[in-house]
Amino acid sequence: MTPVLSLNNLKAGYGQTEILHDLSIYVQPNEIVAIIGPNGAGKSTAMKSVLGLLNITEGTVELNGEDITNTPAAKVVQLGISYVPQTNNVFVNLTVQENLEMGAWTRPHGIPERLEEMFALFPDLREKRNQAAGSLSGGQRQMVAMAKALMVDAKILLLDEPTAGLSPKYRGEIFGTIQKIKATGVPILIVEQNAKQALGVSDRGYVLVDGANRFTGTGAELIADREIARMFLGGGH
Amino acid sequence: MWDAFGFEFINFYFIPGLVLGCIYALGAIGITLTFGILRFANFAHGEVMMSGAYLTWTVMAIITSVLGIAVHPLVAAVPAGLIVIWLFLLTDKYFYKPFRKADTIKVVMASFGMMLIIRSAVQVIWGPNQLTFVQGIAKPNTVLQSFSQSIDMLLLIPNKHLFIFTGTIVIVIALSYLLNRTRIGKAMRAVSDSPDLAHVTGIDVDQVIRATWIVGGACAMAAGVFLAMDIQMLETTMGFRMLLPMFAAAILGGIGKPYGAVFGGLVIGLAEELSAYPWIGDAPLISPGYKTGVAFAIMVIMLIVRPQGLFKGRSF
Amino acid sequence: MDAGILLYFLSLLTVGGIYAIFALGLNVQWGFAGLFNVGIVGFAAVGAYTYALLTTAESTFHLGGFGWPLPVAMFVAMIASTLVAAVIGFICIRLRSDYLAIATIGIAEIIKLIFKNETDITNGPRGINKIPRAWEHFSEERFYSSWPMSWFGTPESWSAFFDGLPNWWWQPFFTGTILFVMLVIYWMLERARTSPWGRMMTAIRENEPAARAAGKNVTARRIEAFVIGAAIMGLGGALFAQHLRLIEPTNTFDSAKVTFLVWVMLIAGGSGNNRGAMLGAFLIWTIWSASELLITGAIDLFAYIFDTVDPGALRTRAGFLRMMLIGLLLQVILQKYPQGILPEARPASPQRRKQE
Repeated sequence: MTPVLSLNNLKAGYGQTEILHDLSIYVQPNEIVAIIGPNGAGKSTAMKSVLGLLNITEGTVELNGEDITNTPAAKVVQLGISYVPQTNNVFVNLTVQENLEMGAWTRPHGIPERLEEMFALFPDLREKRNQAAGSLSGGQRQMVAMAKALMVDAKILLLDEPTAGLSPKYRGEIFGTIQKIKATGVPILIVEQNAKQALGVSDRGYVLVDGANRFTGTGAELIADREIARMFLGGGH
Repeated sequence: MWDAFGFEFINFYFIPGLVLGCIYALGAIGITLTFGILRFANFAHGEVMMSGAYLTWTVMAIITSVLGIAVHPLVAAVPAGLIVIWLFLLTDKYFYKPFRKADTIKVVMASFGMMLIIRSAVQVIWGPNQLTFVQGIAKPNTVLQSFSQSIDMLLLIPNKHLFIFTGTIVIVIALSYLLNRTRIGKAMRAVSDSPDLAHVTGIDVDQVIRATWIVGGACAMAAGVFLAMDIQMLETTMGFRMLLPMFAAAILGGIGKPYGAVFGGLVIGLAEELSAYPWIGDAPLISPGYKTGVAFAIMVIMLIVRPQGLFKGRSF
Repeated sequence: MDAGILLYFLSLLTVGGIYAIFALGLNVQWGFAGLFNVGIVGFAAVGAYTYALLTTAESTFHLGGFGWPLPVAMFVAMIASTLVAAVIGFICIRLRSDYLAIATIGIAEIIKLIFKNETDITNGPRGINKIPRAWEHFSEERFYSSWPMSWFGTPESWSAFFDGLPNWWWQPFFTGTILFVMLVIYWMLERARTSPWGRMMTAIRENEPAARAAGKNVTARRIEAFVIGAAIMGLGGALFAQHLRLIEPTNTFDSAKVTFLVWVMLIAGGSGNNRGAMLGAFLIWTIWSASELLITGAIDLFAYIFDTVDPGALRTRAGFLRMMLIGLLLQVILQKYPQGILPEARPASPQRRKQE
């Protein structure tokens, strides 16, 4: 079966600085895949390389088997890869509804129906639809950002640390929503600091160290692995 | 009350201040949109206003000589405006776009160069001397005059000023419709908010930039023609003279905030005119020679106290 | 050599030298510190007016008659320019570069507005005349009839002495003085550039967050660079006033002619490079004045052939055309040759120099 998204032996970085040395990741249809690892391992960089935001020097990125290496971000979005950045992920001066409409920029038809679907998926947003996104709490902003990303026919959703800086209550809510999104048929690639929780909802996971994947396995396997537990999961999360 | 104070104050200070404010407001809209969306202070903006007024004059002259009829400047401004917008887009393509990914100060420098190129071009084509834009003395609107007299509040407002007020209101309403109700307008606000996010959202930033030049150019065009209508003549320095007050208006209102720019423009225009009112004693509070200084002073105070402007614009 | 050609050459060097001083000042601000100053003309005007008011003879039109020695007045001109720059710097340097650009273009206009409106002090739009020019001033009665010159001769003997010289005797000395001042500034700036201060400026310009993180006081360093550059511009303004002898606020200090030309000079010569700044100044000034000669000649010829043409009107328009072409030249350099003729030479760190 062709993976929805696959990163094959990627080398990439900013300018002269290479951050990803040899990275291979794939996401199958109807799968949640988590990337965990220590700070500076290149987790967010992996995502940005998919978006064409930095230079890939070796290796390929494929979407449904088609090569999209070093495609500019606007085109990547058009092809169906939706991305939610870690910070600065909503237009603060636009209302919630306007944010969602902007999310649908590359697919301007059937916006009212899409909005309805999103408000069904994120019920909190319905009553706040005319409020400026900047006035919402961190967790609600994250919801807006995800809804905005889903306004197009996303073939895959990329989430960059969606729970960073959120309270435990919201963290749980976000992970719940992620499972709901998966249920609608959109596979998800998620980068997370809260490794244990992320692996808990994931079908598979990758542990990234120094720009390369060190361990792979199902979420349960990785949580159970002693070495990983000692290195990254700690007791905190 | 009206005779002793109001008549003079309203007709000779407040109304002219409002007229000037409308012109600054329209000019500042373009500056604030460019600053917010393209992220640079466009020094050539005043020259665009000026060249728009010159082109309008030329269109009027051509129509008069070919068809033998005199057209209102606002009619002639439409074809002239299309030319200005086209020139705006060409300027962006050849002189600003190459620096889109570079340090923004390079674009500022390029716009500073454009300021002199446009002004020199106008001086080469139309000559450095003043031209008469509209002849004759503007008489107050008679309907308004007799009506206001009947309620003992005599207003002497010439038609040109009524056109400027109406035109400004229409443009601001149209702009607000554009920014809040249309897809491209919302995208302009989105890019102003965060270009990076707009980029990864898939918004066509180039299209938004073109729209920005068109909207900013149309407003600048209107401002230039209104200014020429008000002072009834054309000068090659008229754009540059507007530049500082327009920047002041944009900063006062908050960078990236079009309504802020309108408000800022009105405040600066009124402040400049009212500063010459004899608030204390019989002499003007501030010598009329220092009118430009008022705008600058307001701007400097804003930069010290509240660089993000009154409407919480972006501060860098 | 024909004295006329010699004098033309000397005046080219004089004005080129003054512009080179402006360009060196701008290089400290832009080349070293990345500060975008489009108010050069304002700082030059402050220097020029300060110098003029302190040195001119008593006049009914403007403040004057202080009779300060020329070098002292030039020094005070630098100080005056420095003070203006310090105020602007404190307000704007913490903000993004665009604001500094707006504020500098604003302050330049305000300075000109003040000189235009305070007619009691500056004679307003009519300007200040008979500004003493270094060397030439020795032949003015006001100077040779008072100390220190009066110690060496009577007014009559001095008068006879100067009558015996060709009327342009001072020109080589004046040109030489300007070039000397320029070279002294160059030497000092080169010292500054390769000093720890200069290396810090480069570090700040290239990676401000890193410099901040390393505990450098970025704002203070930037204000220093801005103020030093303004002082040099003030001195340039004082020399400009000496060269012109008549200054007035509008045409003398036209931002197109001064600010813009200096920018083109620095960018063409190579910003960040002191020798580039000087080279650019002489080169662009030569092109500027030679093109004036050429165009004027062409127009005169044209008017001679077609006697219906008004050469005066053509000449003014040709001047604007020249300005437009210089503007286009700037755009071309910015896009195609952003480094200029002499690219910036990075100061080597002392350790590296030892290794080499």
